[in-house]
Amino acid sequence: MSDTLLQVEDLRVRFDQRGRRVYAVNGLSYRLRAGQMLAIVGESGSGKTVSSRALMGLLPPSATVTGSARIDGVELVGMPEPEMRRHRGADIAMIFQDPTRSLNPTMRIGAQITEAIRAHARVEKDAARARAMELLSLVRISDPQRRFYEYPHQLSGGMRQRVMIAIALASDPKLLIADEATTALDVTTQAQIMDLLGELRSRLGTAIILISHDLGLAASYADDVIVMYAGRAVEYAPTRTLFAKMRMPYTRALLDAIPRLERQSHARLPITPGQPPDLTALPPGCAFEPRCARATPQCRTSRPPFAQHEVGHWWACWNPCKDGEPV
Amino acid sequence: MTLLEVRNLVHEFTVRGAGGLKGGVVHAVSDVSFELAAGETLGIVGETGSGKSTLARCVLQAPRPKSGSVRFQGTELVGLRGRRLKQARRQLQMVFQDPYASLNPRWRIDDLVEEPLVGYGVGNAGSRRRRVRELLDLVGLDPAVYGRRRPYELSGGQCQRVAIARAIALDPALVVCDEPVSSLDVLIQAQVLNLFEQLRTELGLSYLFISHDLALVKQVSDRVAVMHLGQLCEVGPAEALYRSPRHPYTVDLLASIPSLDPTRPPAGGRAVASGEPPSPLNPPSGCRFRTRCPRAQDQCAVERPLLREIEPGHQVACHFPEPVNAAPDGAAVDGTQPRPATVHYARP
Repeated sequence: MSDTLLQVEDLRVRFDQRGRRVYAVNGLSYRLRAGQMLAIVGESGSGKTVSSRALMGLLPPSATVTGSARIDGVELVGMPEPEMRRHRGADIAMIFQDPTRSLNPTMRIGAQITEAIRAHARVEKDAARARAMELLSLVRISDPQRRFYEYPHQLSGGMRQRVMIAIALASDPKLLIADEATTALDVTTQAQIMDLLGELRSRLGTAIILISHDLGLAASYADDVIVMYAGRAVEYAPTRTLFAKMRMPYTRALLDAIPRLERQSHARLPITPGQPPDLTALPPGCAFEPRCARATPQCRTSRPPFAQHEVGHWWACWNPCKDGEPV
Repeated sequence: MTLLEVRNLVHEFTVRGAGGLKGGVVHAVSDVSFELAAGETLGIVGETGSGKSTLARCVLQAPRPKSGSVRFQGTELVGLRGRRLKQARRQLQMVFQDPYASLNPRWRIDDLVEEPLVGYGVGNAGSRRRRVRELLDLVGLDPAVYGRRRPYELSGGQCQRVAIARAIALDPALVVCDEPVSSLDVLIQAQVLNLFEQLRTELGLSYLFISHDLALVKQVSDRVAVMHLGQLCEVGPAEALYRSPRHPYTVDLLASIPSLDPTRPPAGGRAVASGEPPSPLNPPSGCRFRTRCPRAQDQCAVERPLLREIEPGHQVACHFPEPVNAAPDGAAVDGTQPRPATVHYARP
């Protein structure tokens, strides 16, 4: 496809810590078009954050990244740091869960945005200032003239996240990675920020990777969803396909475990026993097998391939759920 | 039978701004009243800064509320001190959000679960050990495997089970749970929620269950109270409140939940509360929600709406409550329905 913006092939990340090898990402592949919103969903330790930090070259020295990730044909894996610094921010920007920790508490909002603008382009101070005002309005901060001179502590959590988005957009990135960007926010603020991200995507054509533990966010806002478990993609499909025809027992278990308004009070939730596997010693078969209600002896011994079984719908399971069938 | 009766509870924090910045009084809990029957679960839902945690802690007298009354099992807790407070609190326990922070990392699990028994002088060493094994079994941890471990050797979900075992060790009547599953992954969260349900039915516990997650609160509660900026704005039976929310704030909260059905429009849209929540340092006059409320009128700025019963057991603090939701059952509860067309979006 010619309009592919980001192509990730067999991405692997391994951490070597005090003689222990932690296999965090184990062969992740996906494609992202310009203006597309892809949700990567999974629990803690599923590799969703590590895989996206690998794209930004933001992993500690103990990490070994292999495979390939190309943005507009430029290979990011193994790129030397000085070159990476030029891409980071300019091509790919990232916003994080905690905007308070991402902002400098001793600098005014305006100065932080202007700094980001001038870090990537030779712009006069006045022009940068005008652009910063423009960005503040773009992320729908009311009264930008005043907010420009305020400090992060004077803003609410939602406003700080808007400022982070403004900084991320300072250099017109092609790809924005939102790593649990709304997790720390209240539900009404989350809806506002998600609306804003959706609007930016259609107005500026920015592709967005939405990293979240929340299947509801994926269902409501993303075009495509990747579900990760133990460092691997286990299901990947357009959002509507995924929610209409869920194949992976793991995805199904995640969806069923979410408390829902439709359920009666005190209804028991379907239970998935056990815990996620130890990433230092992954089993030879399917990593979800010990917790899976549909597991067969085959699942224990051989790993199901992650393959496109239906048009546009990928999964890795020997014994997938049929249409409408409970786990 | 009323187990807990809270009347006109007020708690305020005085903050002094650092380095001469402006300080003030944070109105964390402002005149809150509610009741909890024995065996009942009351969910308290609200956003960050709504005062829900402060309310929970004030019930336990930690901190002591500034004014108001907390009657637990017929005993007034406000003003009690020392040994008498300790005895009254035996039946009143708490589970916190972060299980690692609530367990001493150097202690073994056995000793952690035994601590409340030792503190209240229950039985002798032998009977306490038996009780610890019983409790660990009850919360789904094998005592032979986990008893000698320390908290850092356990996962978050397992630590929360230990915290729950500690809370139920003294056979309490009421357990106050402050965001007890918010730090857990969804599959583990479901396990712990089911444990709460199991203990409720087996031990006849009551819960005061605090969370920011509306769906989660619905899951565990008989009744739900919605809190906004230190005040309760709606209290009602869980089913009725979610089927037909009457306070505009509750409607906004429900409309903000992302839908799990991708064929529906995403949450939000124009119906959701715009703007920022006001500061608890300087809450608006009259109704504290009026600055974000699409239904606000002049009266709302002048007169604080008090909780009043609009249907049996369903109270709302609003001068102009939302009309009863006439949508057929099931259509209203997913939170994605638009507001009724008759609503006037007049802003003050």
